[in-house]
Amino acid sequence: MGVELFYPEFEVVRNYDRCIACRVCERQCANEVHSLLESKGIMISDESKCVNCQRCVALCPTRALKIVKSNCTLRENANWQNDTIREIYKQAQSGGILLSSMGNPKPLPVYWDKILINASQVTNPPIDPLREPMETRVFLGKKPERVQRDETGALKCELPPQLELTMPIMFSAMSYGSLSYNAHASLARAAEKLGILYNTGEGGLHEDFLRYGKNTIVQVASGRFGVHEGYLRSGAAIEIKMGQGAKPGIGGHLPGTKIVGDVSRTRMIPEGTDAISPAPHHDIYSIEDLRQLVFSLKEATEYQKPVIVKVAAVHNIAAIASGIARSGADIIAIDGFRGGTGAAPTRIRDNVGIPIELALAAVDQRLRDEGIRNSISLVVGGSIRNASDVVKAIALGADAVYIATAGLIALGCHLCRTCQTGRCNWGIATQRPDLVRRLNPDIGCERLVNLLTAWQHEIMEMMGGMGINSIEALRGNRLMLRGIGLTGKELEILGIAHAGE
Amino acid sequence: MRKEGEIRIPSGCAIAAMISKSGDRMCGERIVASMRPMHDRSNGLGGGFAGYGIYPEYRDFYAFHLFFDSRSTRKECEALLKEQFEVVKGELIPIRKTAAITDEPIIWRYFVAPLPSVLRDLQLDADELVVRTVMKINTSLNGAYVFSSGKNMGTFKAVGYPEDVGAFYRLDEYEGYCWTAHGRYPTNTPGWWGGAHPFTLLDCSVVHNGEISSYDANRRFIEMFGYKCTLQTDTEVITYILDYLMRVQKLTAEEAAQIIAAPFWSTIARVSDPAQKKQLQYLRTMFSSLLITGPFSIVLGFNGGLMALNDRLKLRSMVVGEKADRVYIASEEAAIRVMEPDVDTIWSPSGGEPVVVRVTGGQADGR
Repeated sequence: MGVELFYPEFEVVRNYDRCIACRVCERQCANEVHSLLESKGIMISDESKCVNCQRCVALCPTRALKIVKSNCTLRENANWQNDTIREIYKQAQSGGILLSSMGNPKPLPVYWDKILINASQVTNPPIDPLREPMETRVFLGKKPERVQRDETGALKCELPPQLELTMPIMFSAMSYGSLSYNAHASLARAAEKLGILYNTGEGGLHEDFLRYGKNTIVQVASGRFGVHEGYLRSGAAIEIKMGQGAKPGIGGHLPGTKIVGDVSRTRMIPEGTDAISPAPHHDIYSIEDLRQLVFSLKEATEYQKPVIVKVAAVHNIAAIASGIARSGADIIAIDGFRGGTGAAPTRIRDNVGIPIELALAAVDQRLRDEGIRNSISLVVGGSIRNASDVVKAIALGADAVYIATAGLIALGCHLCRTCQTGRCNWGIATQRPDLVRRLNPDIGCERLVNLLTAWQHEIMEMMGGMGINSIEALRGNRLMLRGIGLTGKELEILGIAHAGE
Repeated sequence: MRKEGEIRIPSGCAIAAMISKSGDRMCGERIVASMRPMHDRSNGLGGGFAGYGIYPEYRDFYAFHLFFDSRSTRKECEALLKEQFEVVKGELIPIRKTAAITDEPIIWRYFVAPLPSVLRDLQLDADELVVRTVMKINTSLNGAYVFSSGKNMGTFKAVGYPEDVGAFYRLDEYEGYCWTAHGRYPTNTPGWWGGAHPFTLLDCSVVHNGEISSYDANRRFIEMFGYKCTLQTDTEVITYILDYLMRVQKLTAEEAAQIIAAPFWSTIARVSDPAQKKQLQYLRTMFSSLLITGPFSIVLGFNGGLMALNDRLKLRSMVVGEKADRVYIASEEAAIRVMEPDVDTIWSPSGGEPVVVRVTGGQADGR
């Protein structure tokens, strides 16, 4: 019929004055966009395959390439936009659910960008982190309600298990399988060097990474892939994944093409089978069931490891979090609707869930209203993009944040949003050995360490400006925030005043 | 313009304190005099004093000091008090009218004891009932404000310079084994008496110089436990924190200091005694939201003693002097020299190092 035969979304612009036909672009493109036209000795492109990952652009030795958005579009229509129409053509052709990757790209409000941070002037001195101590260390976990003394009157100094972090940032769950071996190696090594934690995601733990146990959160998701007693014991904490910000209400799907070799062994499923985790945990249909799983995991690990319950930010998140806080869990992780993913149904990614800023503010306040905020730690993720997002999240009430997309970008991800194809040219979201080799874990680790070291410096500078020299004095310190261009209702939910107030 | 409590107002200040370790009672005139050389540290928008051991004849009763805006508010408040307390005495607090202090509210004091039947019904101890009553009056009874509620102690405060406030309340007619004083330099002019310091709850009183940067983190944490920060001042939240740590969690003053001015992690790492190290780690982790950052020097008064404490960077001045059984504390040495020209020793405690003085005899109701 031909209606789906669109002019491609991107154009490959090749400057033939510069191109030396070295064929680097051809070798670098797993999507097979570039090829040599032997008869003429020049490079040509099949632009319909291009995903705009910028790999060829970055590696072209003569800077002969650029990828630009095609200006050959349908007639403009604010209601029936190009993407909307293309999606209809695709579905009319395939009869399938639309799939996409990474976080929600829609122009919905980013509240971080509408919140401003305070600084000290006159009445209170700013503190210079280059000259004075500035503390970013945090402990995540349950704190008891009362101090206890022994018979001699000395304080009993035992606390439930705590996670110690040098800064309030962790790498969020990304499974081995969705990510390459080298990407996982980079994350694990960086977590160890930085004194923070990374998260296995739902794909089990490769035996090579057991040595990073102190810096590992092992995840138990609804598919229970790769979960066994040794796995539970090998990490510093256990995370029960109830939901994910990119796709609340559904489970994960790792296509069989990615279930090869070690991935299959680590997940404990046969090669080539699709790894489909159910939408619910089939042993958790209610909050009391969650409590049983929390305590089963604690029993299995002799109460030595904190249990994290991760949920997607949905409409009644405050009540859900309150239930989780009373379930025996030590830490709640909330994932906002802009959170990334290796593959999610497009409609769900773009339309389900709520922004993390609002969820965080509502949950923190609710737990305080109920007097139980100190009995659980709060970790938030779902598009924390930089150090100021971290500072704002902590000031709204988070104990720490989860980052994932920012880490992948540090590893070279160019956010082309096609992880689900398994042909990641940057060696991150792929299992093809030739592509995986492109990511050197030594360099990957170093770049992650650099990124978070830089963020830590920036966090310290901002804290110092506010006259705060320890991160715990920033936590929940909403007076340090002001909204800009927000409605009264938004300010009320965020629990902050407007700039100028 | 919005008044104190509706908006947060930072302020600078002067503080002073004196205590007799043997519990000898000292005339209030001396602490008033100590504030004179520090006149420029205040701006006339608040001054106040707390005296301990000043009501020996009523030592078993809670002494409530209240501001009222009208006679009818007072009647309403008295009716409320009588529902749960035996009021053994209620009177105007004696004042001396001066040109320096004007627009005073109606200022009363009551000596009260909780009715045993009420305590039984509510399953509360006496202190907790007093705390709840104070919170209730201060948050819901418009025009009434409890500014002192401890036993055998009292707070006296007003809008004005501290030396004028002392004369106004006739402090030369009181004797106490411990006195604290405060002169305030707020950064706007709310002109409300309740906003002056010291701030007290039960016998716990705080005078404070500084502006804490951790305010909202501290406030939002402490409000989980029934406290209501109605004034939005640092002093108020510090008082509630210390009440929570020392009365509710039953920690000592020294332990409380290890929480609010916790040593840096790098300092804790260098502590050689393992038990001490563990305790510091424990307290800092357990009550991390009660760490106070930003500049402060405070004197916490309580029945039987006081604690002076600086923020851990020592961003505010505070000196301590000693002479025989007397200990003197002030923002400036000049103030100490007024109280005792011939001190034996004088030093500046380092940041985060608590100076705790306890009374060994006399009027002290030890804590």
